[in-house]
Amino acid sequence: MATLARLRPILARQTPFRVAARALQTSAATTQPLDNPSKSEPFQVKLHEDSFHTYRLDAGPELEVEVSKDMLITMYQQMTTMRRMEMAADALYKAKLIRGFCHLAIGQEAISVGLEHAITPQDLVITAYRCHPFAVMRGGTIKGVLSELLGRQAGMSNGKGGSMHIFTPNFFGGNGIVGAQVPVGAGLAFAAKYMEKPIAAFSMYGDGASNQGQVFEAYNMAKLWNLPCVFVCENNKYGMGTSAERSSSNTQYFTRGDKIPGLQVNGMDIIAVLQACRFAKDWVVKGNGPLVMEFVTYRYGGHSMSDPGTTYRTREEIQRMRSTQDPIRGLQHYIEQWGLAPEEDLKRMDKAAKAEVDAAVEEAKASPEPKIEDLWTDVYYKGTEPPFMRGREREEVHYY
Amino acid sequence: MSCFTPHCARRAVALKPRLRFLRRWQSTATPEAAGHLPSVATSKLLRPTRDEALRTPGIRWADEDNSGPVRTIVGGRETRKMNTYQSIRDALSLALMKDDTAVIFGEDVAFGGVFRCTMGLAEEFGRERVFNTPLSEQGIVGFGIGIAAMGHTPIVEIQFADYIYPAFDQIVNEAAKFRYRSGGQYNVGGLTIRCPTMSVGHGGLYHSQSPEGFFMGAPGLKVVIPRSPIQAKGLLLASIRDPNPVIFMEPKILYRSAVEQVPIDDFELPVGRADTLVRGSDLTLLTWGTPLYHCETALHMLASPPPGLDKHVPESLRNAKIELIDLRTILPWDVEAVVESVIRTGRLVIVHEAGLTAGVGAEIAATVQKKCFLKLEAPVRRITGWDTPVPLQYEKFYIPDALRIMDAIVETLKY
Repeated sequence: MATLARLRPILARQTPFRVAARALQTSAATTQPLDNPSKSEPFQVKLHEDSFHTYRLDAGPELEVEVSKDMLITMYQQMTTMRRMEMAADALYKAKLIRGFCHLAIGQEAISVGLEHAITPQDLVITAYRCHPFAVMRGGTIKGVLSELLGRQAGMSNGKGGSMHIFTPNFFGGNGIVGAQVPVGAGLAFAAKYMEKPIAAFSMYGDGASNQGQVFEAYNMAKLWNLPCVFVCENNKYGMGTSAERSSSNTQYFTRGDKIPGLQVNGMDIIAVLQACRFAKDWVVKGNGPLVMEFVTYRYGGHSMSDPGTTYRTREEIQRMRSTQDPIRGLQHYIEQWGLAPEEDLKRMDKAAKAEVDAAVEEAKASPEPKIEDLWTDVYYKGTEPPFMRGREREEVHYY
Repeated sequence: MSCFTPHCARRAVALKPRLRFLRRWQSTATPEAAGHLPSVATSKLLRPTRDEALRTPGIRWADEDNSGPVRTIVGGRETRKMNTYQSIRDALSLALMKDDTAVIFGEDVAFGGVFRCTMGLAEEFGRERVFNTPLSEQGIVGFGIGIAAMGHTPIVEIQFADYIYPAFDQIVNEAAKFRYRSGGQYNVGGLTIRCPTMSVGHGGLYHSQSPEGFFMGAPGLKVVIPRSPIQAKGLLLASIRDPNPVIFMEPKILYRSAVEQVPIDDFELPVGRADTLVRGSDLTLLTWGTPLYHCETALHMLASPPPGLDKHVPESLRNAKIELIDLRTILPWDVEAVVESVIRTGRLVIVHEAGLTAGVGAEIAATVQKKCFLKLEAPVRRITGWDTPVPLQYEKFYIPDALRIMDAIVETLKY
């Protein structure tokens, strides 16, 4: 042990990377316009210089970003709607209409919305259980998501999956098993490379899942075969009820890919998210191999509905995040400061989002539950099932 | 592990009181257990001629219109003498040739794999399609699931079935449930996981296990175990093309020892169907993989017991007509065929290498006693490995051998 103790300071000095001494900027509203924001033409803005940290990258994303009024307004509208949808899910759960497991992404909207604006519908996305906004952004509907949560026929998996199991074309689902989607995402990237398609696979997970062994297995294979895979760590600072500092020996998740370059991003500023995702897609599609991208973000709610979210952190911390780093308020600040739209317009959008979600809730509630016969479908490919499958009692045996 | 030397057979010391008569026999018998009886090489279950090979029941030629009833057409088809690893290689080659999205990967597969099943495929089809992976089973299967979710055909090799446990989560939670949890939008039907299984005589704890039973409770999966080169080729091609994820377990001792004339054309054998090898009316003997050959030996022993054993086999039982069934598909297993047989015979002995407790035999026994209750003349017997890890030194006594099988047949017939 004495030898080890002597070695330690040396090892510490030889750490192969240096994280920038300055902390990553995680405020939601530090981006400045470079020229006069125009209401019709795209214009340039400049991100805070600490919006990104890099690891083994010669150059990270440019701080100057081209945006347009329409894009920012659309993003605002989408983030607001996503938050409304998650709040509706929260209410439905508390009303005991949604049962089982339900993980909400309130506070993390900038990532699902920002990602979608940076990629094409052909790009591939797979994520963990906090998947509702991704499902909508990738071509689903609010009604489809809420119906799925309620276990209704109109759900995107016909009510047979539930909260963690929502898919669209090129969105390979939420996944309930912590970390299990990460190697699957590497496989998606392999198929993309095999077909020589210029698309990227975004394999997403949280800071909790980042300690799963298979995440590192996937890193290794992706780097070994130079796959167009972006490993996206949504670091919301708590894996279930354990803070990143208490679970991870290295909380700089973007540096955990060993030889894979990394990029840490302010996940609360949607413009930084947009720029980072554009960079990441470009990086992997150009044949540079995989990238580990970490979004530093925050969830306001508990891990799931059964977690009040206040036993392992203070209410003050949540309140401080909400009031100083909220991604929606940050974007609202840009829109108003840069004179893109008056406050009343945004308020109108808020109302419209609420109305849209309320209507979807009613439609979802009106949808019937799956038919009993549907219990037996989609287990095996039609026509290749076993002759029968058992139910609870004699009468419930289903013969194909 | 690329080749197996004949292991040194050790003299038995009775393991259990149940086998009392075995000890008595051992003290007087001259031959080594199983040493004097038909081995795999001379098994009548194998098809050593072209004609027999082409008449394999249930064979479906991929180059024919198979919409009609199954026909046996022997003319114009060629066969070649192959052992099991060669026939598997042949099947993989056909799969790669006919499906551009088929890829093979696993530990060391690019230079043939430990059992030579992928020999030369990398050279023939390119290293983009046949490639080595790191030693990370969970990652390999997860990676395969991703490829299959894109509609491709990954053929994954797990080097030994004993190493499949790190990938258990990916197989049971991702592969098996993908179709269901996406409401039919996605599936990983293109995924096939190959792995060598069962004992070799000296594999010990981590190279001789039979984990098929662990996957029985995972609807959405299929589990297939072939018994011979022809079966391996036909069932593997069917498994690769089956629109569900399939675990294909290859009994590793048969890679070299089982030799048949194998049709060289592309053909399939039905997944989900048992194969009745010997018809009978007094007892159903059900098994799969390697123990089939022990069962065959047990039937020989029963019909003409060797000296020293004859006093334990009543004359009246020597002409018993035993029905021998190869289950072939473990999940979903062919309930219909087994139940039909047991209703006729009234007796069932199940043989498998995995341990007794919660093995596949338990599930089959439960179903049979429910469906055949009034027809059963004796309790369903299970002859299996013991409920211990597979031991290195006593592996020979762990696996159900011909003597234990014959003992169970005699007891069940006498019941």
